[in-house]
Amino acid sequence: MDGERVWEVFRQEDEGDPMMHSGNVNAPDEELAMHYAREMYGRRGESHRLWIVAREAITELEDPDLLKPPFDRSHKKPGGYVIKHKLQAAKERAASEASE
Amino acid sequence: MHETDTIQPLNARPPYPPGNAKAFYAHVGSGGKVEADDWMPDDYRAAVLKFVEMHANSELMGVLPERDWIMRAPTLRRKLALTSKIQDEVGHAQLLYRVAEDLGKPRAQMLQDLLDGKTKFHNVFHYPTRSWADVGIIAWLVDAAAIVSQQALRDSSYAPYARTMKKICWEESVHIMHGRDVVLTMMNGTEKQRAMVQEALDRWWGPLMQMHGPPTDPARDKDLHWGIKAKNNEQLRQEFLSIYVPRLLELGLTIPDPALRYDESIGRWEYTEPDWVELKSVVTGHGPASQSRLEFRRVNFADTQWVRDALLGNAAAA
Repeated sequence: MDGERVWEVFRQEDEGDPMMHSGNVNAPDEELAMHYAREMYGRRGESHRLWIVAREAITELEDPDLLKPPFDRSHKKPGGYVIKHKLQAAKERAASEASE
Repeated sequence: MHETDTIQPLNARPPYPPGNAKAFYAHVGSGGKVEADDWMPDDYRAAVLKFVEMHANSELMGVLPERDWIMRAPTLRRKLALTSKIQDEVGHAQLLYRVAEDLGKPRAQMLQDLLDGKTKFHNVFHYPTRSWADVGIIAWLVDAAAIVSQQALRDSSYAPYARTMKKICWEESVHIMHGRDVVLTMMNGTEKQRAMVQEALDRWWGPLMQMHGPPTDPARDKDLHWGIKAKNNEQLRQEFLSIYVPRLLELGLTIPDPALRYDESIGRWEYTEPDWVELKSVVTGHGPASQSRLEFRRVNFADTQWVRDALLGNAAAA
């Protein structure tokens, strides 16, 4: 309705959990947005904490050139280092040196 | 094995060129997801909007038959449970109207179209309630039939709808337990109570069998084709029957369809053809309670206008 804004709601299920996006509510101001969010996402005691954020305050980064650049990024991940055969070769070498 | 040095494929969002309907339909056709701010063809947008708006309307109108029983609930706990269920259902309407609003139709317009009879709501909410047993049958079986289709909607290609369905399904599972508990309590009661449950089941069975709609040709069902919904009408009805027929029979209830039986050889339920003429007539506003329910909504909407005015007026003044 006229005069209303969209507020995105993030919910923390338990202490220490990440804030997860839950959905959104429509409200004319922050105070009502808070009440609506509580009714929608916290009335069963299922939330430890709620964040209510005006949708226009969110900046989205979705540029694939930045997020998924077309280069190999395996050197940044544990899975990029395949050591099984190298380790085996190193152990065999060490064992044969010791027996000499 | 050596460390790989391959070029990773570009993974753009959305993963199809905006403006290219053919690429879009290939994306959703292969299980891809769409977010609210992604480009989408107008006919996909219109189809999701129609589907979600009808669902939202059904949640909002669906509380009216139950509302009639708040003051007549037999115990305080039942009254609390029923009130809580009604709050949940109105909450579902709010969640779904939000999803629909982001597709471009203002909530005020959706409410007006509902009040004007221009948009539809589910057939089962066009019938009157006669006894407390109806409250149990509705909460158990109407919600069960609904959850069968809603669980499939958690796989919808329209991601904001799919996410909303996860929350809704979780809440509906509480309603089903509440309804089954009401039915079980009555079945363990007096002869008269058992007769009330049977009488309610007899009246609701027809509308329940119609609820998922007539079988459609999967090749021509665009909601299915575009992944807006994940299962066709007949699959949903079969699933409902497989779970709930045994649960009704084990209580000593009789299902009012002599033709109902499970055909092992083809792995499906056979039943008397539901009355599709009645379904069409009911959902177009000609059901026994269609007009009284809409009139209640109109009066209620007018009566509460001052609340909306006050909230928006205060916000504007602040």
